[in-house]
Amino acid sequence: MRVNLPQYDNIIIGAGHNGLVCAAYLAKKGQSVLVLEASDTLGGLAATREFYPGYKIAVAHSLSHFSPQIVSDLNLTDHGFKSGAPMPTIGLDLQGKHVVVTRDTVRGVTDKDASSYTDYLQLLERFANMLSPFWLKTMPRIGSKKLKDLTTFAQLGLKLRLLGKEDMGEFMRVATLPARDLMDENFDNDLLKAVLSWDGLIGSKMAPRSPNATVLAMLYRMSGEHNGASSIPQGGIESLINALHQVIATAGGQVQRHSPVAKINVQGDSNGLQATGVELADGTVLTAGRVISSADPKRTFLQLVGVENLEIEFSNRINRLRSDGYVAKLHLALDGLPHFNGIDIPDGRMIIAPKMDSIEFAFDNAKYGESPEQPVMEMMLPSLRDASLAPEGKHLLSAHIMYVPHSLKGGWTAQAKASLQELVIDTIAQYAPELRQQIIHAELLTPEDIERSHHVTGGHWHHTELSMDQMLMMRPTYEAAQYSTPIPGLFLCGAGSHPGGGLMGGPGHNAARHILGAK
Amino acid sequence: MSKQAIDLTPQPNFRQVLQPTPFHQRMVEHCPIQNWMSWNGYQTPRVCDQLASEYFAIRSTCSVMDLTPMEKYRIIGPDAVKFLNRLVTRDISGLKPGRVTYVIWCNDEGKVLDDGTLFHLEQGDYRLCAQHHQLDWLLLSSLGMDVSIEEETHNIAALSVQGPTSFSVLSAAGLQGLDTLKPFGICQSVLHGFDVTISRTGFTGDLGYELWVDPSNGLALWDAIFMLKDNGLFDIRTIGLSALEMVRIEAGFIMPGDDFNTAESTIRADHDRSPYELGLGWLVDFDKPYFTGKRALIHEYSQPIARRLVKLQVEGNKPPADSFLYDGKGGRRIGTIKSHSWSPILKTNVCMADIEYRNGLPPGEIWAEIYYQKELEWRATWAKCSVSEKPFWVHPRRLATPPQAF
Ligand SMILES: Cc1cc2nc3c(=O)[nH]c(=O)nc-3n(C[C@H](O)[C@H](O)[C@H](O)COP(=O)(O)OP(=O)(O)OC[C@H]3O[C@@H](n4cnc5c(N)ncnc54)[C@H](O)[C@@H]3O)c2cc1C
Repeated sequence: MRVNLPQYDNIIIGAGHNGLVCAAYLAKKGQSVLVLEASDTLGGLAATREFYPGYKIAVAHSLSHFSPQIVSDLNLTDHGFKSGAPMPTIGLDLQGKHVVVTRDTVRGVTDKDASSYTDYLQLLERFANMLSPFWLKTMPRIGSKKLKDLTTFAQLGLKLRLLGKEDMGEFMRVATLPARDLMDENFDNDLLKAVLSWDGLIGSKMAPRSPNATVLAMLYRMSGEHNGASSIPQGGIESLINALHQVIATAGGQVQRHSPVAKINVQGDSNGLQATGVELADGTVLTAGRVISSADPKRTFLQLVGVENLEIEFSNRINRLRSDGYVAKLHLALDGLPHFNGIDIPDGRMIIAPKMDSIEFAFDNAKYGESPEQPVMEMMLPSLRDASLAPEGKHLLSAHIMYVPHSLKGGWTAQAKASLQELVIDTIAQYAPELRQQIIHAELLTPEDIERSHHVTGGHWHHTELSMDQMLMMRPTYEAAQYSTPIPGLFLCGAGSHPGGGLMGGPGHNAARHILGAK
Repeated sequence: MSKQAIDLTPQPNFRQVLQPTPFHQRMVEHCPIQNWMSWNGYQTPRVCDQLASEYFAIRSTCSVMDLTPMEKYRIIGPDAVKFLNRLVTRDISGLKPGRVTYVIWCNDEGKVLDDGTLFHLEQGDYRLCAQHHQLDWLLLSSLGMDVSIEEETHNIAALSVQGPTSFSVLSAAGLQGLDTLKPFGICQSVLHGFDVTISRTGFTGDLGYELWVDPSNGLALWDAIFMLKDNGLFDIRTIGLSALEMVRIEAGFIMPGDDFNTAESTIRADHDRSPYELGLGWLVDFDKPYFTGKRALIHEYSQPIARRLVKLQVEGNKPPADSFLYDGKGGRRIGTIKSHSWSPILKTNVCMADIEYRNGLPPGEIWAEIYYQKELEWRATWAKCSVSEKPFWVHPRRLATPPQAF
């Protein structure tokens, strides 16, 4: 029996966008909320930081599927969030024969490919529409016979049936198909295939030939406003984070920076365990009715809770979560707007991956712990969309480099980092020959760097791999897949929970809904 | 990538399927009928010579059993107590160095994986003896803990010396400290220049000791004991696992894998067992902050119990082997006999039986339908059964310190 009343209804660990979304929903319902963030900036992987005087960027540089429902539930537009126009995706070609994909057209390919694209897109849209309600739902508990769980199952079944016999069969067939097969079935153009498979692969430890959840990951991204196309909000990513912060503050919630949580306090008595609050790194003890963690599941359970409060099988399942990140970031502070061959204004998401094999080979290096010999990447010039990111007249380039292993053979020495950075710049310079002369400062963040700076295990895009074994009612693992955990009073709300990572807000929204419903 | 070469040279003793223990050379001399079986891969007598004399050696004089094959694990490190308290259902933080306790451990669902005895050898240095191989589970349990876990099954030779005269035999053999050694205590002695660890433990419900030595001293220990028999001072007999089976049922000790399916080897739902279902609820300590399975067990405890493993006495002299149990003569089937023995000392059938409860209550009556043969002809009969909450066999000398001398 606890004698003192807890200080807060909810303590939320981490002010990433999911922690903030969760806090906003709870605060709006009149609950007291304290969000504790280790860093000096809010937003987690989406925190906008100055990496060189006058130049700012967030690790997550664009939105592709932020939930419109969350925008409207939380009235984010009233708090300064204005979604941006979708960007085209440009597959770069050395000869300048770029492939340009916009929402429903593709340019730079044969008529045959262009018309296949229309059919392909319509099919994927039907699938994406069918799945979209499930990203914002608590997944049913495995083995549960509760009505709510059964209903969710039934709804999924019904949605599948409503696709019609042919589509349903096709969905079942392609859902776990390797991206490569899906592309080969539909298109001829190598560059187009590479570009279209990209969205199913980015952030994962999978390549075009990997059967698993790449198609599902593509459909997950398509749940957003622009069908998965990248965009930058009008005030930058920062405006989204600020809007969320404002909603919380307006509703009376508190957000505290510089407050790393060292420990989730758990009390055990003859009724079992109960999370009672947290202890900060400086020793401060704070109590709450609920502790809701947006830190990744490995960190939450193995570091903050500690195995002594966890069951043996459960703790091993958490330990086995596949959480090594494979995306590195390059930030270039540039003296001016770089020129890309064959492109007037490089205002789009540009992909360097000439064909699916290029992606596959980069992955082959990485899976044996090596840095890619020929890196593949997506990049953009966010300063074209948000002028505040660079000094006037200057620009910055932000790139996601794929298949850079978190655990490099031999370790991430300064030399290993420097040579990867040079290789990546050289690769980009093949398409933008004057780039080197424009570079004022370059910053490369390996997944290991991101792990350290952003407190994310493995520096993983989704906190833990978004793959069949760690998805839906298995995310991050059973017994913790419904936002509650084996420890009463402890909940999860970060990217490691269903539906997963990316700036989407699903986990934060679903966790809040689950908590409010469970009250 | 490193490749491991596969060693294809024939192993010298590949034909020897069962391994000899450090006592084997002597044990064979006591096993004229060569009735061997495998215990954990070791060549172990089922019966050495005559089951009846082996049984009565345990109950009336002094028996010696080779305990070497028993699974043994050494657990050492700063987190040893934390590790063990998360592993087992009991609170072991009060277990002092030099003491032994009986423990069980469960999986996340609160189903029993195995049982065993935990020895606190020295501060922070524990030995866990288990029925079944547990290394994988122990290693899984050590995630995030500062402990080292080593299997030492093959590094220690052990003898179990049990029976009313065991105290006098071992004292006469030259072991010291037995007169003050209490049940579940551990002491050290030196015999002919080598160390012997002695624990007053056993599986017989009677006075007895277990002796632990380096394998190289096994034969010397054996000889020091059996010399007394050769001198005609004491009757000392080796026993096999069949005699042990008789006395362990009399003493009410359960055998994981025989009396219930261990959780690790269970595939079908409801075929595994919780401590409550095994009548071992007394080993579950909810006051301890946490252990694996606690969450499930708290829940289970709030529900009426659905079944239990019970000690069952079966009337008559027909062996109730594998019998079905009913809630009346020809009534509803409510369970089965898991293991049984004729108890020569109690002159009755003693069994372990798994029975269903209804609304948390045992059946009012229990009847066994027994099939037996008369001159190769099968007959069936009904025998009334009664549940015994206490062990069938208890003797005050088990607890007396010092034990009576002979
Ligand atoms: C290299 C890279 C590029 C990406 N690019 C994009 C992109 O362009 N578009 C996109 O949509 N997605 C992108 N993502 C994915 C996206 O950024 C993440 O999935 C998402 O930001 C996760 O949000 P979150 O709120 O769940 O967790 P996070 O953003 O990781 O937030 C968790 C927060 O918890 C804090 N925290 C952790 N431990 C503690 C502690 N003990 N005490 C206090 N605070 C703690 C952390 O500091 C952090 O602020 C990218 C990911 C990576 C790795």
